[in-house]
Amino acid sequence: MSEALIDITNHKPAARETLLSAQGLCFDARGQRLIDSVNLEVATGRCTVIMGANGSGKSLLLRLLHGLITPSAGTINWRGGSLDHVARLQQAMVFQRPVMLRRSVAANLRFALKVRGVHGAERKTREAEALALAKLENLKDKPARVLSGGEQQRLAMARALISTPALLFLDEPTASLDPASSLAIERLIETARENGTTIVLVTHDAGQARRLGDDLLFLHNGQIAEAGPVTRILEAPQSEAAQAWLGGRIFVPDNPKSETI
Amino acid sequence: MDSFSGILMEAIELILSWDSDVIEIIMLSLRVTLCAVLLACVIGLPLGAIVGAFRFPMRTGVVVVMNTLMGLPPVVVGLLVYLMLSASGPMGVLGLLYTPTAMIIAQTILVTPIVAALTRQVIEDLNLEYSEQFASLGVRPIERIFALLWDARYSLLTVALAGFGRAVAEVGAVIIVGGNINHVTRVMTTTIALETSKGNLQLALALGLILLLIAVVVNILLMAIRGTAARAAYV
Amino acid sequence: MFRRNFIALATAGLFALGVAGPAAAQDDFIIVQSTTSTQNSGLFDYMLPMFQKETGIEVRVVAVGTGQAIKNAANGDGDVLFVHAKASEEQFVADGDGVERSDVMYNDFVIVGPPSDPAGVAGMSDVAAAMVKISDAGAAFASRGDDSGTHKAELRLWKDAGVDVAAASGGWYRETGSGMGGTLNTGTGMDAYIMTDRATWISFGNKGDYQIAVEGDAKMFNQYGIILVNPEKHSNVKAEQGQKFIDWVLSEAGQAVIADYKIDGQQLFFPNAK
Repeated sequence: MSEALIDITNHKPAARETLLSAQGLCFDARGQRLIDSVNLEVATGRCTVIMGANGSGKSLLLRLLHGLITPSAGTINWRGGSLDHVARLQQAMVFQRPVMLRRSVAANLRFALKVRGVHGAERKTREAEALALAKLENLKDKPARVLSGGEQQRLAMARALISTPALLFLDEPTASLDPASSLAIERLIETARENGTTIVLVTHDAGQARRLGDDLLFLHNGQIAEAGPVTRILEAPQSEAAQAWLGGRIFVPDNPKSETI
Repeated sequence: MDSFSGILMEAIELILSWDSDVIEIIMLSLRVTLCAVLLACVIGLPLGAIVGAFRFPMRTGVVVVMNTLMGLPPVVVGLLVYLMLSASGPMGVLGLLYTPTAMIIAQTILVTPIVAALTRQVIEDLNLEYSEQFASLGVRPIERIFALLWDARYSLLTVALAGFGRAVAEVGAVIIVGGNINHVTRVMTTTIALETSKGNLQLALALGLILLLIAVVVNILLMAIRGTAARAAYV
Repeated sequence: MFRRNFIALATAGLFALGVAGPAAAQDDFIIVQSTTSTQNSGLFDYMLPMFQKETGIEVRVVAVGTGQAIKNAANGDGDVLFVHAKASEEQFVADGDGVERSDVMYNDFVIVGPPSDPAGVAGMSDVAAAMVKISDAGAAFASRGDDSGTHKAELRLWKDAGVDVAAASGGWYRETGSGMGGTLNTGTGMDAYIMTDRATWISFGNKGDYQIAVEGDAKMFNQYGIILVNPEKHSNVKAEQGQKFIDWVLSEAGQAVIADYKIDGQQLFFPNAK
């Protein structure tokens, strides 16, 4: 178990088994359909990137898939079964703005282990590994909330990875960070992948998508406008929505003459 | 009317004299109040946290009741506790009337709604910030209550302080159930009431000043702790 | 570090509770339901230590208005009733709440007033005539209005004088609804005449420039009685210790102690046990 975080030698499963899938996923709020009939499959070991304009429903979709909110229609399958408490414990999520407990850095990490019933010597070992991984050893006794934005996000990553999740959801984890801090987070994501963690990443950063992603879902008005390999979509988008967005234009379906920003 | 400086001098003299009767009264006041606040926290913190962290049917009703009970008139609570503990009341056999225990019971009833209602507000705000992260981590309800209470600990100090303020200054309930018996149930506030009724206004005010001083010391102590916590962004 | 702060605070709190705990719970005690006037006069503080020294029994006094004292005792919340409202006391015994009533002592009521003396009653000794004058002048009069022994005695005196105070309530006749001390504090603040027992008046600390205006009428005698709460009705009553206290108060020694109690050289209570 404990080697998982530092073992970087193995992985990239040959078999593309489906870890998480959704069928006909819908979410309504105040009479509006915000997520509309989404079908998707996340294969084990892959990094799926979700892109799309603000308000296209990226974060919402992530929360539905993680089980933080309940869909209005449709089903989500986790390893062929339903998304229950046990399934949740095999997933983790890092938010755009890290939520830091009002405790020390180390205590934030311990909390995630405590919830999963990890105690004693193993907890100590994994805590130390996670601190080393996120390069937070010198800050371990500091209150988490006085850390810089980049340090906080590294801690949030470490806290998510300390439970060696099968699937990690990332909701624009570097959106409010400087380039150096973003790079550190990307390193952590790469390490997680090397350890076999499947990634679902929401980002606005095409470069980041290219660096980290295998598959890309392009979301538009709550629907999947386009899906496929990252490089293919970024280089030759097929859908109008993706073309417009990547071209720096606003895509308005009713108005074929999209404006350039 | 005596001048304020005269009252101040008398208060200082009263403290400096270290009169055993005065010390006894101060200590009993603190004991009754701290016990009541402690009990009120044991009951009110989890209660407020549960109402603050979870949605359930009739929740708004519960919140309204909790907020309303904050304004319980002490005399009414005193009378109710008297009727319960009176020899002819349902709990008369316990023989608790006119004891410090009776005073602690009455003050606990007064303070618990304050602790519960203010805790509810604090926990609700914190839960708003934490709920997604907790759901993501798979935190179970009971763990969530404890984690929220622990992380709100410095804000909850202020809650306990509000309860302490109410209890330590309260006279209406404790004088009924305690009886203001010398050396047994006489506390700061009932002494002040007694000295006022004896026309010893200067002494009464001097005692009032000491009561205020105790409140100030407790406040400074807690604010110092809270200040340290604020610098650590724990508040 | 912050956890340590918390633990330190909790420890300090518990320590405070510990040191403030009762110094060895005294078990041999009785509760006496009595009146504020007796307590405020200081008689109990003088008398009770002597009794405790002699018998080892601690007397805990709950001082409230006579009306409330009688009700508390009727609920069984006390072992001895020591008040001053003879008619109510006799009723208390007749109702089976008390065993037997004995006279203990008396003091007298006086009417105190402001130096301006708006009703011109200063120096009078005929209480009925003085009350009529106060009523005719419409001079402010502060009444306890709390169903206490003093209040009952005052109402009896108004009735004797033929004055209907109920009609004047809220006008010149003002009911404070508080104890003797509270009424004195309020009454002196509004230049009202106040009827008070002499003991409370002598020991009262906020007299201002008030003086006794009316005194010396035999009708203003204030008789105190003592009654053991009926143990057959309330099993929790400590009949043996309670009776011991009553016997001591009525004994020659007890009566002498009452007579000995003086403030500023003035005797406050006159023992008259039979």
